[in-house]
Amino acid sequence: MGYPHEPHPKETLILSKHFGDAGARSYDGWVKCGGYQALKRALAMDPADVIEIVKESGLRGRGGAGFPTGLKWSFMPKERRKPHYLCCNADESEPGTFKDREIMRWTPHALIEGCAIAQHAIQAEVCYIYIRGEFTEPIAIMQAALDEAYREGVLGGNAMGTNRRIDMYIHRGAGAYICGEETALMNSIEGRRGNPRIRPPFPAQQGVFGMPTTINNVETLVSVLPVLNEGAEWYKDLSLGNPKSTGTKLFSVCGHVRKPGNYEVTMGFPLGELVNDLCGGMRDGRTLKACIPGGSSVPILNREETEACLLDYEGCVEQGTMLGSGGVIVFDDSADMVYQIMRLARFYAHESCAQCTQCREGTAWTVRILERILRGEGEMKDLDLLLDLSEQMTGKTICVLSDSCAAPIVSGIKKFRDEFEAYITGAKQPVAALT
Amino acid sequence: MKATGAYEPIFAGERRKRLDDVFTCYPTKRAALLPALWIVQQTHGWISDEAMTEVGQVLGVTAAYVKGVVTFYTMYHQHPVGRHFIQVCTTTPCNLCGAEGVVEAILEHTGCGDLGATSADGRFTVIEVECLGACGFPTAVMVDDDFIEGVTVDGVPELLGRYP
Repeated sequence: MGYPHEPHPKETLILSKHFGDAGARSYDGWVKCGGYQALKRALAMDPADVIEIVKESGLRGRGGAGFPTGLKWSFMPKERRKPHYLCCNADESEPGTFKDREIMRWTPHALIEGCAIAQHAIQAEVCYIYIRGEFTEPIAIMQAALDEAYREGVLGGNAMGTNRRIDMYIHRGAGAYICGEETALMNSIEGRRGNPRIRPPFPAQQGVFGMPTTINNVETLVSVLPVLNEGAEWYKDLSLGNPKSTGTKLFSVCGHVRKPGNYEVTMGFPLGELVNDLCGGMRDGRTLKACIPGGSSVPILNREETEACLLDYEGCVEQGTMLGSGGVIVFDDSADMVYQIMRLARFYAHESCAQCTQCREGTAWTVRILERILRGEGEMKDLDLLLDLSEQMTGKTICVLSDSCAAPIVSGIKKFRDEFEAYITGAKQPVAALT
Repeated sequence: MKATGAYEPIFAGERRKRLDDVFTCYPTKRAALLPALWIVQQTHGWISDEAMTEVGQVLGVTAAYVKGVVTFYTMYHQHPVGRHFIQVCTTTPCNLCGAEGVVEAILEHTGCGDLGATSADGRFTVIEVECLGACGFPTAVMVDDDFIEGVTVDGVPELLGRYP
């Protein structure tokens, strides 16, 4: 449902069907909702067949990169000569995104079930669920559900009575956005600073503790349940005509809309309809100015692009942006784009792990230049300087954090240049708090 | 809370048992570092140099290594903080909906004055943080381990009243 609002008729409730229903939280409640049937099915199958079904379903990673899930699983060694690991990425920290939090809060057993299926498919006895440190409530709910799952024999040495071992542990983060990057996440589990690692070696060869590892996002793992319960064809048919983007997706909508929240729609749903219809449009009779459709790391759309954008991987690319994590940030005509872009840059500067020069220096200088412009001390050439800097920050580092900082800068200057120029020419008053 | 007398080990008795349980979840001792640091912070409210040394000894890594990790993660306190630690999200989604006003109101009503400073009565420390991951329910605020959604300027006095 459009949690915390009543479901909208245009939503397709699969992953979010039980949001807001505390009854689905317990083991018994989850079983009553049809829970653990998908796991039962999976455990009766050969791991390779589970991977095949997920491949056929067209399911792609919901964490941001959109990599095909079945294909990712198939990169794991077929023979288990050493321990294999699954890491569930629940480090949800991408500004605008708050869907995994609701999955864990309302349907913790769905996540346990999804992890267990993936563990069977990739032959991993152990799964670490990496949850960001600030998510105290989801951590407590997940831990209670894990304890129950062990008691009920879903997990442990004789998981679901199959004589196979499935273990699952929560690893609590401690405040670092970068740990949502898969190799940084593995370092953090190992008790290290969360610096991303150079690839290759890829995680499927040498991941956490040097062993073959798969890292999947929370929403990706729970999306495996309907694929197994209803079949790959059924899942594929949910999408609105694009065979490359299948199933449903949760979109977290925030910012200047009347009804912010999580909405589940089929892939290919129009972004304009999501914002104007499901979310009730702008507050206080305002009009839409801009939208970031996939979490703060993707290029900003202007109003026309927002209204033309279809919410699937290809539809977003067509408008020059990305589907990302599905975190939709909406700006109305009262928003100061220069200031808000500076706040995004501050986020990336704060969260840079500082390993790579382009990122450490680039994000910091981006903030300084933007603050200078907002103080009324900028020059026209600063805009070219920002674009040049952004270019130096794109495609040159170990991970994509600095690319992510550059995305809103470049698109912001391109689409809202007049707002930057207004601060530079003095047409707009400097921001008092920065002077 | 700066250690003055003899240092009393943290990992003894029940807490040692908790840590031993943590060890069973990982193939290396080092992997227990983040959980061990959480135990330290839950016990003392912050992580002192002495505690880092102890953690290093228990896990078989150097104190310098432990410090390297502590300084990487923003949730670990390297200094004592007020009785209640307040984190206010001011990243773009909350910012669009008035988070900076909430920060101002909290600073005013706690008497902290500046971000990062502790109020004279030792009751509060307030900081701004980047995205707390509850963007649809602005402003997101954490007080100690409580996650609070939808904080408004007007709601600040009542919120603070819950934390004597």
